Amino acid sequence: MIEAHGIGFHHPGGDWLFRGLTLTVPPGAVTCVMGPNGRGKTTLMRCLSGLLAPKEGFVVREEHVAHVPQASPSTFAFSVLDMVLMGRARSIGTFSRPRASDVRAARSALRRVGTLELAERPFTELSGGQRQLVLVARALCSGHRTLMLDEPASALDVRNQGALLRVSRELADEGYAVLMNTHHPDHAAWLADRAVLMHTDRVETGSAAELITGPALTELFALPVSTHTVPEGRGERVLVAPHYGS
Amino acid sequence: MSSTGEADRAQRPEGRASEAVTREADPQDTAPDAQAPEQAPYTRTPIDDSTLPGHRRNALIMAGLVVLTAAATVVCLAVGRYALDPADVVRILASRVHLLTDLVPQTWTDSDERVVVMVRGPRVASALLIGASLAVCGAAMQAAFRNPLVNPQILGVSHGASFGGVLAIAMGWSAVALVSAALAGGLAVLALVWALSRREGGGALTVVLAGVIIGAFFSALVSVVTYLADPYDTLPGIVFWLMGSLATSTWPTATVVAVTTLIGMLVVVPLRWRLNVLTLSDEEGRGLGVPVAALRWVVLGATALMVAGAVSVSGVIGWIGLVIPHLTRLIVGPDHRVLVPASALLGGVYLLVIDTLARTVTAGEVPLGALTALIGAPVFFLLLHTNRRRVWNGD
Repeated sequence: MIEAHGIGFHHPGGDWLFRGLTLTVPPGAVTCVMGPNGRGKTTLMRCLSGLLAPKEGFVVREEHVAHVPQASPSTFAFSVLDMVLMGRARSIGTFSRPRASDVRAARSALRRVGTLELAERPFTELSGGQRQLVLVARALCSGHRTLMLDEPASALDVRNQGALLRVSRELADEGYAVLMNTHHPDHAAWLADRAVLMHTDRVETGSAAELITGPALTELFALPVSTHTVPEGRGERVLVAPHYGS
Repeated sequence: MSSTGEADRAQRPEGRASEAVTREADPQDTAPDAQAPEQAPYTRTPIDDSTLPGHRRNALIMAGLVVLTAAATVVCLAVGRYALDPADVVRILASRVHLLTDLVPQTWTDSDERVVVMVRGPRVASALLIGASLAVCGAAMQAAFRNPLVNPQILGVSHGASFGGVLAIAMGWSAVALVSAALAGGLAVLALVWALSRREGGGALTVVLAGVIIGAFFSALVSVVTYLADPYDTLPGIVFWLMGSLATSTWPTATVVAVTTLIGMLVVVPLRWRLNVLTLSDEEGRGLGVPVAALRWVVLGATALMVAGAVSVSGVIGWIGLVIPHLTRLIVGPDHRVLVPASALLGGVYLLVIDTLARTVTAGEVPLGALTALIGAPVFFLLLHTNRRRVWNGD
């Protein structure tokens, strides 16, 4: 659970990216943050996670945040298991090394995201999608129950996007508080319980069902967007269609 | 979305996404996802959940390296123009251990003992300590700067130490003053690099740039002193010292390296698992809860002390700090838990063997700096050529 109270941030000499922003990242739900490039989604996430101090207001965190950065190859060819073990850095003493219990936690985190069979492979040799799932496992391995994912699906193919979205959904259903920045309105429509829309002049927060609508997204992306409800399984889902031009 | 029912949500992981998002008919495609977490223990049973892969293999390799180091020490103490029986060397060493003194039959002469203890002893000890220091510094700095091409010279510390040493030789100071001046020069460079990079932001790249700048300045100062030195008196000593040599090692100078090595290792070795985290981006490391900038400076401080100590006794010996960590990565992998101690042993043995060759192959002394690269370069090229992808994220 994270609560931001009236937070604001601007870069030195720049305009306020957001100001007086109050929002909650509740447990058991996925909160999706959307907005155009350069609007400050990553900055907001860094303020919420504590990597960056807001210029005004304050953030209440019940516990540390587990980060899932965008996957990039590591410099050295660590095994996937070594990579996931780094998630335990907070609980492993400064002058200490991982114990058997840490290795067990790393393996169970890998199993949780369905990539246990990769444990002994070099991280550098994985595909982008596998790497991203391994980084989710690293975040889980920390034991913190607040996850923040910064555009995790940006470099993934459709099938890996599906795997990532399913894992995020399941974790929220297990009680994790999940915050995700995304450029894919379809992902937000499928996944989000709550949404944060970073418009050019204001920030809107609320339930996803109310915020992820054609008119709101049209304004957000400065491009005509329509939504379509289609049947899926026993229910239905919302598809988001941006109209790129004719 | 938030109004979706419980039943719908429960079946979502399997059915929904695979139908609507991927629309893949291939059953193989959904196989990894179909494996629900509660089923996993039954479908997949790892041999042992709690040990790392290669754990036993690495333990064996470490044991092998310890044996290799011990064997190399005995052999290198025995060979030379005054050749000794390695068995006698072992007995001489054993007789120096307090409890064993009376148990070892004396089969050697007093001059044998003097060669082992007073002549070759400090030289062999210095080679082991300096080789270990430089290799560990290389491994730690490659991690701290996230770059496999970094070597301990990059911070400029060895240039500062060179300047101190060269100045001492030019002024005709004593051996103790030479060692102190070199140590002071090396640490002064570290302080300057720290001050300069702090003013400019303090990221990893800033530190490297500051090191290159300060290093270039001190390298120029070395040139100035060399140019001004008396060509008949001090110049040959300066040139030979700069090329790297252990010929002048004595127990007092070996004690200096022992102290700097001990202090440096006491910092780097316990922190070695954290070095793994240091190889990630700063933001990633901080996200994992590691104070990245502070950790980097602690590691750099320790390496600067070890490098300055090494240079003060042996002059600049290049190559070991760059190549031994790579060589070790090929054997034990990139995890610094194993890489750091294994690099220390391999670096020590490597310099010991090179130094023994330097004093035995010709009547004179071959400069160490030349020999480490002459032998190391082709070996390294061969290894790199065969195993590049295993070492780092090469293209």
